[in-house]
Amino acid sequence: MTTTTTTGPHPTRRLILQGAASVALLGLGNLPFGAAPARAAANDKYPEEAFKQKNEADAIKALYGKTAEPSDKVKLDAPEIAENGGVVPISVTTSLEKVTSISFFVAENPNALAASYKIPDGTIPAVANRLKMAKTTRLTAVVEADGKLYSATKEVKVTVGGCGG
Amino acid sequence: MASSIRVRATSNGDITEVQALIQHPMDTGLVKNPNGELVPAHFIQELKFECNGKDVFVANWGTAVSKDPYVKFSFKGAKKGDELKISWIDNKGASDTTTAKIA
Repeated sequence: MTTTTTTGPHPTRRLILQGAASVALLGLGNLPFGAAPARAAANDKYPEEAFKQKNEADAIKALYGKTAEPSDKVKLDAPEIAENGGVVPISVTTSLEKVTSISFFVAENPNALAASYKIPDGTIPAVANRLKMAKTTRLTAVVEADGKLYSATKEVKVTVGGCGG
Repeated sequence: MASSIRVRATSNGDITEVQALIQHPMDTGLVKNPNGELVPAHFIQELKFECNGKDVFVANWGTAVSKDPYVKFSFKGAKKGDELKISWIDNKGASDTTTAKIA
């Protein structure tokens, strides 16, 4: 769109801008409260409800609203034995296309969902991070690709738990 | 001014690899201090990377992310010299922002 007028801001445009500003303010105001919708992975809100779920299946459901199927196209890399459960290096890569998010679930932690990453267009669907594990546990990586969920799991033995005990 | 965020972003021409290390306690709210009092939960909830006005990577974190979190990812569409903006916000509303030039 090119600018053709020289008469200052158009009244409707000003209205639109004001509207946008108040929406932005509302959004900020909502942040501290835990009323995020369950299917928060699709939008920009922090998925508060999903992070509160105790078990893995509930957390996946709260985050995505569906279940994941195991796939050998999701490669999860984690140590067999983690000496320090407070810092366990985990990474995941996938050959799947149209990936929109990657999430990590630690089954035996007090809350299963550990981290969820949004993968916009142009970002390589691979991520490495470090997670805490309370004890020996099943670890699941879920990749959302083309609207479907794919997962890979791995058992990690933890010798010293990551909860400070 | 020391930033809580340390970033290294390197481009090989096509793909930019980003590694970030953030100083943050990432308290779970389940651990007691030496006096037997629970340390309240204090953790980063959102970490965002922007490049050329576009989000390239957004992390939503819970308490299970390790203290002083580390994350690595790669993206396309940036070149050497472009600026990468990194920002985080935690559950107490604290935040930090920094920028890094892609090398």
